[in-house]
Amino acid sequence: VCLPACLSLSLSLCLFLSLSLCLSLCLSLSLSLSLYVLDCSLPQYNCRLDTPLPDVPFVRELTNQQRALKEKEKGDWRSLTKEEKLALYRLTHQFSYAEMRQGSSEWKTVLGGVFIMLGFSGLLLWWQRVYVYGPVPRTLTPDWTEKQTQRMIDMRVNPVHGFSAHWDYDRKQWK
Amino acid sequence: MSLAKPAMRGLLGKRLRFHLPIAFTLSLVAAAAFKFTVTEPRKQAYADFYKQYDAVKEFNAMKEAGIFESVRPSGE
Repeated sequence: VCLPACLSLSLSLCLFLSLSLCLSLCLSLSLSLSLYVLDCSLPQYNCRLDTPLPDVPFVRELTNQQRALKEKEKGDWRSLTKEEKLALYRLTHQFSYAEMRQGSSEWKTVLGGVFIMLGFSGLLLWWQRVYVYGPVPRTLTPDWTEKQTQRMIDMRVNPVHGFSAHWDYDRKQWK
Repeated sequence: MSLAKPAMRGLLGKRLRFHLPIAFTLSLVAAAAFKFTVTEPRKQAYADFYKQYDAVKEFNAMKEAGIFESVRPSGE
């Protein structure tokens, strides 16, 4: 009984170690690089199916070429070419609706990882069953279960549909 | 481009008018199927069992098997 506790303790220890390792790695990386810190009090760009018009455009810092395009946009839109219209769209939006909806194959990786861990856990439990657990209770030994079954038949347990319904009392064998 | 104006009202009513009769009939069918495949055969099985049931004979057989504590087998 204390062995499952030991196992869970070791697993939690593993997780803690890996987490601390990850954290230390992140910290070291952030000290070396200059991270962009997000100011959550300002409006943000969001790519969501239910809000078609985000608060801010996707591209904030425009190059000179893009600024010229934005000036052209203030005029008659019929003068814009197809590529210019697409470029303007990509300035204000990151993904189109089709791109937002497309999904990925990540579920295969996730499912594969889950099955690997389940299999590994199964192997651990198998080893536990062979090398750690003690003998089964005496009520599960064949001798005891034979005597138990005979007593159940004698008592007429569930004679209509269940247990004793399958025993032939005249020939003293299972039907 | 001139598309037809989509339906703006009565959407829930339309859905209910379509789905509720189906739901009710399917529920009734499920209940009837359960009644006639499970409960009626079970009741019949119990009736048949107890039609030919001799309580005294069964009691004596159980007594001889030695499962009772208040009445021991005739040998002891």
